[in-house]
Amino acid sequence: MSELYSLTVRDLADRMGRGECSSVEVVNSLLERIENLDGEIGAYLSVDKERALDEARASDRRRETGQGLSPLDGIPIGVKDIFNVAGEECRCGSRILEGYVAPYDATAVARLRAKGMILLGRLNMDEFAMGSSTENSAYGVTRNPWNRNLVPGGSSGGSAAAVSADMAFASLATDTGGSIRQPAAFCGCVGLKPTYGRVSRYGLTAYASSLDQAGVITKDVGDAALLLGVIAGHDPADATSLAAEVPDYLQCLRTDLKGVRIGYPREYFVEGVEKDVARSVQGAIEECRRLGAEVIEVSLPHTEYAVAAYYIIATAEASANLARFDGVRYGLRAGGRDPLEMYAETRAAGFGREVKRRIILGTYVLSSGYYDAYYLRAQKVRSLIRADFQEAFKVCDVILAPTAPGAAFAVGERTQDPLRMYLGDIFTVTANLAGICGISVPCGFTDDGRPVGLQILGPAMGEEKILRTAYAYEQATPWHTRRPPIAGKEGVE
Amino acid sequence: MKKVDYLVNIGLETHVQLKTRSKIFCGCRNVFGGEPNTHVCPVCLGYPGTLPVLNEEAVRLTVITGLMLGSRINLFSKFDRKSYFYPDMPKNYQISQYDKPFCVGGGVEIDLEGGGRKVIGITRIHLEEDVGKSMHFESSSGVDFNRAGTPLMEIVSEPEMESPEEAYAYLQALKEILLYAGVSDCNLEEGNMRCDINCSVRPAGSEQLGTKTEIKNMNTFHGVLHALRYEVRRQIDILEKGGRIEQETLRWDDRAGVTVAMRSKEYAHDYRYFPEPDLPPVRLTEETVAAWRAELPEMPRARRERFVRNYGLPEYDAGVLSADRAVADFFEETARLCGQPKAASNWVMTEVLRVISEKGLEITALKITPRALADLIGMVVEGKINTTAAKEVFDVLAVRGGEARAVVEERGLLQVRDAAAIEEYVLAAIADNPKSVDDYRKGKKAALQYLVGQVMRKSRGKADPQLVLEELRRRLG
Ligand SMILES: [Zn+2]
Repeated sequence: MSELYSLTVRDLADRMGRGECSSVEVVNSLLERIENLDGEIGAYLSVDKERALDEARASDRRRETGQGLSPLDGIPIGVKDIFNVAGEECRCGSRILEGYVAPYDATAVARLRAKGMILLGRLNMDEFAMGSSTENSAYGVTRNPWNRNLVPGGSSGGSAAAVSADMAFASLATDTGGSIRQPAAFCGCVGLKPTYGRVSRYGLTAYASSLDQAGVITKDVGDAALLLGVIAGHDPADATSLAAEVPDYLQCLRTDLKGVRIGYPREYFVEGVEKDVARSVQGAIEECRRLGAEVIEVSLPHTEYAVAAYYIIATAEASANLARFDGVRYGLRAGGRDPLEMYAETRAAGFGREVKRRIILGTYVLSSGYYDAYYLRAQKVRSLIRADFQEAFKVCDVILAPTAPGAAFAVGERTQDPLRMYLGDIFTVTANLAGICGISVPCGFTDDGRPVGLQILGPAMGEEKILRTAYAYEQATPWHTRRPPIAGKEGVE
Repeated sequence: MKKVDYLVNIGLETHVQLKTRSKIFCGCRNVFGGEPNTHVCPVCLGYPGTLPVLNEEAVRLTVITGLMLGSRINLFSKFDRKSYFYPDMPKNYQISQYDKPFCVGGGVEIDLEGGGRKVIGITRIHLEEDVGKSMHFESSSGVDFNRAGTPLMEIVSEPEMESPEEAYAYLQALKEILLYAGVSDCNLEEGNMRCDINCSVRPAGSEQLGTKTEIKNMNTFHGVLHALRYEVRRQIDILEKGGRIEQETLRWDDRAGVTVAMRSKEYAHDYRYFPEPDLPPVRLTEETVAAWRAELPEMPRARRERFVRNYGLPEYDAGVLSADRAVADFFEETARLCGQPKAASNWVMTEVLRVISEKGLEITALKITPRALADLIGMVVEGKINTTAAKEVFDVLAVRGGEARAVVEERGLLQVRDAAAIEEYVLAAIADNPKSVDDYRKGKKAALQYLVGQVMRKSRGKADPQLVLEELRRRLG
């Protein structure tokens, strides 16, 4: 019999619905798993056991009296450290927010809570979501459960590693330039980045406001569809959230791809893509063809400018978004004889290297005399990239590509080479720049056993299309059933 | 040596707090004062993860102002972030408008001191959020964020005011319009109107504007007047001595009566404007703007002129009555109901404004209605009550409200015109004052006036004085 911690959210909901297990049992199973493994992985920044168990008991009582809030009542979920949860410290992986306790719930968090889900703990991340390896956290590096010498990807590395190692059934995360999809690919899980505005941004600490989007990392596509249905939808507290109704995403899942037109973008299959990654993704496209899809070559000609445009727009917005961390109202406060000195000392002590690098970059590109050359030009590139996708989606329903040009790399390998780190985001930043949706699903392994992610991109509000394609592919392949060969304190699994 | 004349150019950036129920981007109440940091929430405190949601009423009030000033309304408008570090700025950027303000162009008409009029051009009007307030204690500082997030409209004028007095007149005229439009309370003590001044001088005949200085954070109109008088003098003195004006930012030291240069780090900013990603651009329709335009009140100056033209009021009276929209409305309604504009004007100017200023009330807080005042005026005109009694009735109505006639009857103030009653009063007065009767009969005419007074006293002022006089004459033969 499989351990409770290894189940999916849907399996758990079924079992709990049938009374086969209680929320307390589920939470205990997960807590034990975390206790055994997380010392080696470092996915969680904090786990509030007592609170989780209190909530589990309350949930069990609700279910016993027929007052369960939903089929998800009592199921725990992990939360990236970027989400504000009332009464919890929300540090965004940064020293500067040490001691900041959020006074309110993010909308996505409130929606999970309303279904009775339990927020089990806070997951590690690159400081302020700036990074692709979770090496930029002020609270330690998270390791890849498939191989602890490797990074889990980032910035949602804790969220992906926890799901991959069965230390979370699912996790709530954010994606600004690939921060859900890339770690999901590196850790062999499913990572869904919805359309910009599909999920409220209220309560997720802003990195780059026009690119940030909340989503989920899960063990399979069905769970992603289920949880998206919970967190999506208009929020009056976010003026950029979209008004459209939320469909039942589970209803759109099919096991075949008949009538689906798949776009094959030649710019995403170029030199620089790891050989094993290219092979796995090509294999996935063949599989989709076998499932009935038609494969059409499309062109996204401005892809090569995406990384540059992304790092200008994202850092420009970040330079303003992070200006509020000054020691006046919350978080870290260093000394100083006057306010300006206090800001300088607080920020010097509170921000890490990568965050400082991006704040300086963003400040520079907005400076008088440089705005037109950088920010304005980047916005033009952004329009062209958006137009590229609009053209492509005239002839295809979804686009298939590698999630990242390579699989997980070694811890420390790229920390001294930020440019190389940035270039790894080439295939994910385009979706954020265009505001479209994307999902990464496992599609194989490199010869040395590192997971490879297949990225499926869809048009704005095209979540049903990408979920359907991802589900059909997943059900036809064994990849999502593979678990990392990790041994906890209990020994070999 | 012939003395050079100097021309002055002054431009004002006027910040006006809008009268909305809630703040511009959150649900906090928009009220002045309160214990520090009691009208705040995570949004207006700039907490991590919070987002602004635009208060549409603030947009409406800004556009209404633009329409009052004859501005062109941008149907496509957007917000931008203006970055600078300051302790009273919750986010260390201010949500403002850079290149797409709601209103462009327009003007404010002012009266010139020597007679005549002039229109001061308006460059633009945009909407932004107010910041908190720094407070300094003996050994520490604090910030009160109650004010943070108050909708703040910035009205930028062209540098077309040519004297400190014109700047003063401009602010007065602007305030009158803003009050009329109901967009702001314009309460200077509460900081509803603050402004930054640009000022330059140049020798007469020179086409090019002189180097300007900026005087920041003025919060009284008299302060503006005095600061400008000083600054204009200072600049001219420098030029006369052959010196050069430094382009710099100053503040006005009211106590010392001088402008003082600010340290450059207090103002030298590269604001790094860029479009606010948290707020979609605002798109107004022609229909919406047309609907708002249809609701516009008459401009105060137009109303003043109409009062002179239609009601035959003196210029001064028309000015007093039109200065406050509610007072003007009250006057017009009273005049319409009683059909006596001159009498209505007299009553409003003397009694109504007296009670308001004595009690420190808004006219809207008075209990008397235009209907009641019109009835009262009607009764005076018809001779049903005398003026003294009418004033007594007015005081009752002002405090208690109700109908004029009811108060008159309740107090028994209807003028007595009944012949028998008057005869009774007259006979009693004659009987009580034999000396005066004797004097009158001996030819001392003044004695008659005394006797009239005695009759009025006996009747508690209600007897019709004309009838009393006639009856006395008849009786005294
Ligand atoms: Zn507020």
